[in-house]
Amino acid sequence: MEKMAGKAEWVENLLEVRGLVKHFPGVLALDNVDFTLRAGEVHALLGENGAGKSTLIKILTGVHPRDGGTIRLDGVDIAPRDVADAQRLRIGTVYQEVNLLPNLSVAENLFLGRQPTRWGMVDVRAMRRRTADILAGYGLASVDPAASLGAYSVAIQQVIAIARAVDLSAKVLILDEPTASLDQQEVATLFQVMGTLKAKGIGIVFITHFLDQVYAVSDRITVLRNGRVVCVEKTSELSRLALVSMMLGRAMTSLQLRPSHRPPVGDGVPVVDFHHFGRHCYVHPFDLRISAGEIVGVAGLLGSGRTETARLLFGLERVENGSVAVGGRPVRLRSPRDAIRLGFGYCPEDRKNDGIVGELSVRENIILALQARRGWLRPLSFREQERIAAKFIAELDIRTPDADRPIQFLSGGNQQKALLARWLATEPRFLILDEPTRGIDVGAHAEIIRLIDRLCAEGLAMLVISSELEEIVAYSHRVLVMRDRRQVGTLTGDEATADGIMATIAAGA
Amino acid sequence: MMSMTHLLVFPVSAKRLACARNLPQLVGLGLVLLVDWLVSPQFFNLRFQDGRLFGSVIDVLNRGAPVTLLSLGMTLVIATGGIDLSVGAVIAIAGSTAAVLINSGLSIWVVIGSTLVAGVICGLWNGLLVSVMRIQPIVATLILMVAGRGIAQMITEGRIVTFVDPRLAAVSGGSAFGLPMPVVIVLAMLGITLLLIRASALGLLIEAVGINRRASANAGVNTRMILFLVYVWSGLCAAVAGLVLAADIKGADANNAGLWMELDAILAVVIGGTSLLGGRFSLVMAVLGALIIQAMNTGILLSGFKPEFNLIVKSVVVLAILFVQSPSLKKLLSRSDGR
Repeated sequence: MEKMAGKAEWVENLLEVRGLVKHFPGVLALDNVDFTLRAGEVHALLGENGAGKSTLIKILTGVHPRDGGTIRLDGVDIAPRDVADAQRLRIGTVYQEVNLLPNLSVAENLFLGRQPTRWGMVDVRAMRRRTADILAGYGLASVDPAASLGAYSVAIQQVIAIARAVDLSAKVLILDEPTASLDQQEVATLFQVMGTLKAKGIGIVFITHFLDQVYAVSDRITVLRNGRVVCVEKTSELSRLALVSMMLGRAMTSLQLRPSHRPPVGDGVPVVDFHHFGRHCYVHPFDLRISAGEIVGVAGLLGSGRTETARLLFGLERVENGSVAVGGRPVRLRSPRDAIRLGFGYCPEDRKNDGIVGELSVRENIILALQARRGWLRPLSFREQERIAAKFIAELDIRTPDADRPIQFLSGGNQQKALLARWLATEPRFLILDEPTRGIDVGAHAEIIRLIDRLCAEGLAMLVISSELEEIVAYSHRVLVMRDRRQVGTLTGDEATADGIMATIAAGA
Repeated sequence: MMSMTHLLVFPVSAKRLACARNLPQLVGLGLVLLVDWLVSPQFFNLRFQDGRLFGSVIDVLNRGAPVTLLSLGMTLVIATGGIDLSVGAVIAIAGSTAAVLINSGLSIWVVIGSTLVAGVICGLWNGLLVSVMRIQPIVATLILMVAGRGIAQMITEGRIVTFVDPRLAAVSGGSAFGLPMPVVIVLAMLGITLLLIRASALGLLIEAVGINRRASANAGVNTRMILFLVYVWSGLCAAVAGLVLAADIKGADANNAGLWMELDAILAVVIGGTSLLGGRFSLVMAVLGALIIQAMNTGILLSGFKPEFNLIVKSVVVLAILFVQSPSLKKLLSRSDGR
């Protein structure tokens, strides 16, 4: 990715926020925050979860009212009342989850609520023609305006969402983690679009967890911590180390674990031994043995069959053939309930839909798997639940005001830790973690990785799927590489590097 | 095996929160009772006669029994994110079963047992459609809502079957502990349901399934069993309500018994603050909701208004309670607090 920073000519401040204050019950979410956005710049807004990024965005877009301070757009004081009002004021927002309507056509999504009309009827042809013109400007000439939006990849939907926001004549475009669910190539497309918009003089606020992307695309950086601005700096003049330590408020410890140089513990009998495990058109049959204290990493591109493998191993999908032995004895594995009885645990990739039960408390989420395994007739007493929850909240350092807080109000990292706690409470022997660090801020990221390492040292067998190669080689003893729904290689020792993985994926492709 | 202790040791903050959340219903019931008292000053008068209590308040409890019974099962179904439209029809099936069997000379216990089994079978059918066939609950239970009346008519062979057996009639007309039998039955069913749900882990598992079925299944919750269970319980509650209603008129009317009663039951659950989207639920509040509905009905009758006002007044009061609970009003209030 080419570097776009440093080229933009600074103009007047487009958006000027001064002394913004916002209280929530018990917290000062924003404490005198200043923020400026210039026309034609990409301004990265960074900070750990809870730093105040989303609160700032929500005030700018009228979701929350502010308690103090001023917001000026083009030198005029504004006070957006809601998202539609912010849009009228020419502040557009695109979120990580595309909130368009997948069952409507691309054109309808672009023009929803403002369809061109002719004699009182929607002028479908004009709408499609204009859609095609707009999309061509984003390099999406191949997209059919009449096709339903859901037929396109998330990346294209993302760009269409941006096109809609910009076409609503946005001057300020807020991109809230737009790249979280995109692969490398899609990210590149998005960055191109951002470049085009910059050239048009639009100011872009860019929120992301990926530091590489910050350096690839942003002109300036504002770092928030605990509701305060700790740094505003040109991207070219801020080193990565300085940035990370500012976000964390402490010096970053290096991530060099490399347990592959430490032998796994255990007596040599594999904890789990999958033989010729597979399912037609889903995952090509594979063999997999994992010993106690061993971490097997799974790498591969999106759609290579990583998550599918995890789902087979946890009994969420039936295998057509193949057998499995746990602790040397052959066992039946046909459902998640079988898997849990065997001492398996699975933290899925899609935390919100497959993992947490949002409205239940942290305590209830932590004990859920254990309670489900005991059956409804043997309830854990309230006191027992509290004891278990308190134990794991302390051990895993889950940051929550109390155990009775609904889990949906916790940050992503803390939700992930609570899900880990859910399985640890069942005293598992084999844990499957699918993208355990996705969508998690830098601080929690490092903690989760340390936790994985610690659990491994305690003798758990683990399978960890991740698209962050540096991370996967840091903690894995062995890395399985997948491509096109089959295992194409196993890397150990000195071969297990990010370059080695990429070479294996690329080999013969 | 089951312990009740954890029912009693809730943290203070959670308890206070629960009170605040239930305030609209309590105030609503209070207001309805106040209006009842204004239109009929003898409303709260009680007298003890023939070994049981009489009075308008007792009458509210007595008349409200069928809907209250339905609301117990309905609360659990709604907590899983489902709905049971078939309970009115199950009432008809249960009433017909009881009336026909008692006339064939079977013992009262066999009759009651068979009637309850009929309700359980209806629940199993709904559970099968919802949990195994994965049909949307509103459609799945609509099938039995329509077919159930036909089944009831087949049982009664299209006639209104009356009976004279005094022991079956006592299910509605009798009394125990100084209270009308239906009130005692409601209290017993409430107690059993509470014990079943809150002293076991069922309450938690039902809520988990209602909030996020996929995540619950991933955590090893037997979602199928839970769904079967709530529909079976709803069928059972409907069968008990059917017994009470049949005993009340000493007969079974397959066409009209329990007609539209599922809607009152759903309303009671919603007034009780359980979201139709599923999740957190409260049995006691649903019972309170059923009582609000009945106290209104009784009050309007006592006031001497024309019965057509009944439905309109009822909908206005329901609207008011739902408005007070609505998230947008809460947001509005918290916003004005915040500024």
